[in-house]
Amino acid sequence: MAATLAQKLVAKAAGRASVTPGEIVTCKVDLAMVHDSSGPRRLKPRLERLGAKVWDPSKLVVITDHYLPAYDDESRKIIQIARDWVKEAGVDAFYDAQGICHVVLPERGHLRPGMFAVGGDSHSPTGGAFAAYMFGIGATEMLGVVVTGEIWLKVPHTIAMDFAGALSPGVSAKDIMLFLIGRFGMDGGQYQAVEYRGAAIRALSMQERMTLCNMTAELGGQTGLVASDEVTLKYLGKGEIWDSDFGAPLLAHHRFDASGLAPQVAAPHSPANTRPVTEFQEKVDLAYIGACTGAKLEDLRMAARVLKGKKSRVKLLVAPASLRDQEVAEREGTLGVLTDAGAELLANSCGMCAGYGPNLLAANTVTISTTARNFKGRMGDPNAQVYLASPYTVAASAITGRISDPREHLA
Amino acid sequence: MKAWVLGDNVDTDVIAPGRYMKFGIEEIARHCLESVEPRFAGEVKAGDIVVGGRNFGVGSSREQAPEALKHLGVSALIAESFAGVFYRNAINLGLPAVVCAQAKRINAGDELAVDLERGRIENRTTGETLACEAIPPFLLAIIRDGGLLPHLEKKIARTA
Repeated sequence: MAATLAQKLVAKAAGRASVTPGEIVTCKVDLAMVHDSSGPRRLKPRLERLGAKVWDPSKLVVITDHYLPAYDDESRKIIQIARDWVKEAGVDAFYDAQGICHVVLPERGHLRPGMFAVGGDSHSPTGGAFAAYMFGIGATEMLGVVVTGEIWLKVPHTIAMDFAGALSPGVSAKDIMLFLIGRFGMDGGQYQAVEYRGAAIRALSMQERMTLCNMTAELGGQTGLVASDEVTLKYLGKGEIWDSDFGAPLLAHHRFDASGLAPQVAAPHSPANTRPVTEFQEKVDLAYIGACTGAKLEDLRMAARVLKGKKSRVKLLVAPASLRDQEVAEREGTLGVLTDAGAELLANSCGMCAGYGPNLLAANTVTISTTARNFKGRMGDPNAQVYLASPYTVAASAITGRISDPREHLA
Repeated sequence: MKAWVLGDNVDTDVIAPGRYMKFGIEEIARHCLESVEPRFAGEVKAGDIVVGGRNFGVGSSREQAPEALKHLGVSALIAESFAGVFYRNAINLGLPAVVCAQAKRINAGDELAVDLERGRIENRTTGETLACEAIPPFLLAIIRDGGLLPHLEKKIARTA
């Protein structure tokens, strides 16, 4: 029988020929990823209480990104626990201060099509860009995985988001996601698998596909998936094609024309509070280009395309999502364009996005940001106003000091 | 058990604000829901029940969100629907999360009794009985053990 990509990935992990949406199965985990906040500091005491060890240290990846740079005793302690614990647990795949986990994981070759993976962070669906089933879980559930190597799953239905045509210049994966979240709500994904397909999706680079799958978290899917194709295999240098069968049963099949999509902006305090950029003209105090969803190499390039030869009228902060992406951006001149425009560079970490660090938004500050969530108080004061948009739109707004349509700023 | 009633899309950042995530659960719990229900952390009593609308617990995978509610004495969560990761976290911490399509019929301050086995909520203030989705037996077993950690502890002890 015809099966969806999600069904095939889950069936493989469950050791079954096929699975049916709605049934509960136990899956073997090919890879587990944790960061400094959800990982060692919470796993270590619980493993000790159980007297248990990591089921397979070669399948665990630990990445520090939330409490970097450490700035007080608490954050220093959290980072130190991670550094000490990986040695104790025999984990070789430890990336310390290399960037945000969702970007570093595929960048260092840990994801391949066909895998079943979990991450100790809600943006773990990012891995689905590689046709891997990956989703976020909490620390206690991660403990269960780390001890047993398994996890239960209700086999998901698949919701297909099908984008025909091609995105217009100045429109990106972030706009697709803000549009979908606005259209279907933050529970539109119904904790099922959301599969992105169609010509406009096939045309996206791997990092743009990662942005789609990443913000499946805000769309309320358990995971976001893009079938592997020649773009995937070229990025990875190897791998298999994993795709849904023609005619596989879908919970819903939504069809859109990508060429009609305008840049989107989500107003405070919800990513679902989305309208086309043309309906906004609010003044902004700060432009922030950061996070796994908004400061990868591709994102920095988008911002640079708009900011080339221009100056930012407002404070512009850029926190490249990984050290490697930053190095490439520096070599090719992208980073120089941003700093020439007045950008101040921040560390390769989650930074202001999650509100874990020392830099918090003050009351009534108006920020336009490439991050994923503008919940009340997330990035600082509950009265800070955060607008979400693509790197193109954030860059255009930095130039004018108002929320602005990037299409007017692209040569 | 008194009901605290909140709206749709109550997110993990308001339940467990990021800026307190570096601290232990005591400090996080002190700020639980402060930006939407400032009285909550100070006035919630052991056994109270938190009632949400759609998509309760949307956002982060941080389990400190359900953990803070449990730490403050909350005995159960009721909502029209829960965000998937939050739901799993609540169960894994031994905090029952009950899906009830009629959650909006509950008013703040109502006295509630939740019957997890039979999948129903008795509203002692209004006299109404609300049907809710039954929790699958394997998850009920985790809740009864007090969460996944003690559940695993029992399992390991049995196999040792």
